[in-house]
Amino acid sequence: MGLQAYLILAAVVFGIGLFGVVTRRNTIGILLGIELMLNAVNINLVAFARFSGSEVGMVFTVFAICITVAEAAMGLAIVILLFRVRRTVMADHLDLLKG
Amino acid sequence: MPETIAFWSLAVVLVGSALAVVLSKNLFHSVLWLALALTGTAGVFLLLEAEFLAAVQLLLYAGGIVTIVVFAIVVTERLVGERITQTSRRITAGAVTALALIALVVNAISRQPLPTAREPLTTDLTRTIGESVLTRFVLPFELLGVLMLAAMLGAVYFARPED
Repeated sequence: MGLQAYLILAAVVFGIGLFGVVTRRNTIGILLGIELMLNAVNINLVAFARFSGSEVGMVFTVFAICITVAEAAMGLAIVILLFRVRRTVMADHLDLLKG
Repeated sequence: MPETIAFWSLAVVLVGSALAVVLSKNLFHSVLWLALALTGTAGVFLLLEAEFLAAVQLLLYAGGIVTIVVFAIVVTERLVGERITQTSRRITAGAVTALALIALVVNAISRQPLPTAREPLTTDLTRTIGESVLTRFVLPFELLGVLMLAAMLGAVYFARPED
């Protein structure tokens, strides 16, 4: 399979993740969409690294995966904190910053 | 030829489970589908001969993230006492946005002259990654350690018991 096939697969997964982020009402559902998008980016990085014959893209993927894990931990901690304050995790009801 | 079959099976699993993640009515099912999607991605990494990244993907994503998401769901849904259903809004707008983005990117990709074959590996890829992380990229690697520590402290601070 050529590089093109991997890139298109990653683009489709990214688009599906974007759909989840836009349409989900539950904050945790939105975070799941973000995970899908980050995952698609990692596929791109690994495919480019493998086809260009350089390991730098793969090293970048290792960093990207670690940062994603930190992001997920922080995101879920914020969700739990929001739930404690507002008793809901529905994004529509989280309008504390609305003037 | 075996690579083509493996690629298309993985592509079907990955796209199908990704769709299930964003369309499933039950949040728990969404997380389980996400675990399948992340495992499928590990398969794609294996196909690209990045065994180390496939293992990292399984351990950190499919193991770590799925577990903490399940924890978050249990914590936030149990106290409400409702069923774990979730609804979506503005599905048409979301679908149009996503499809437009996919069409744009696929169009851009298909216009570029991209390599169709790759060189066979001459070195051990895991070894190469390890060597460059600890030589050329040692500073970002250390900074990553600081970031992980900060994220851990932040998460513990946010999740502290109410006083």
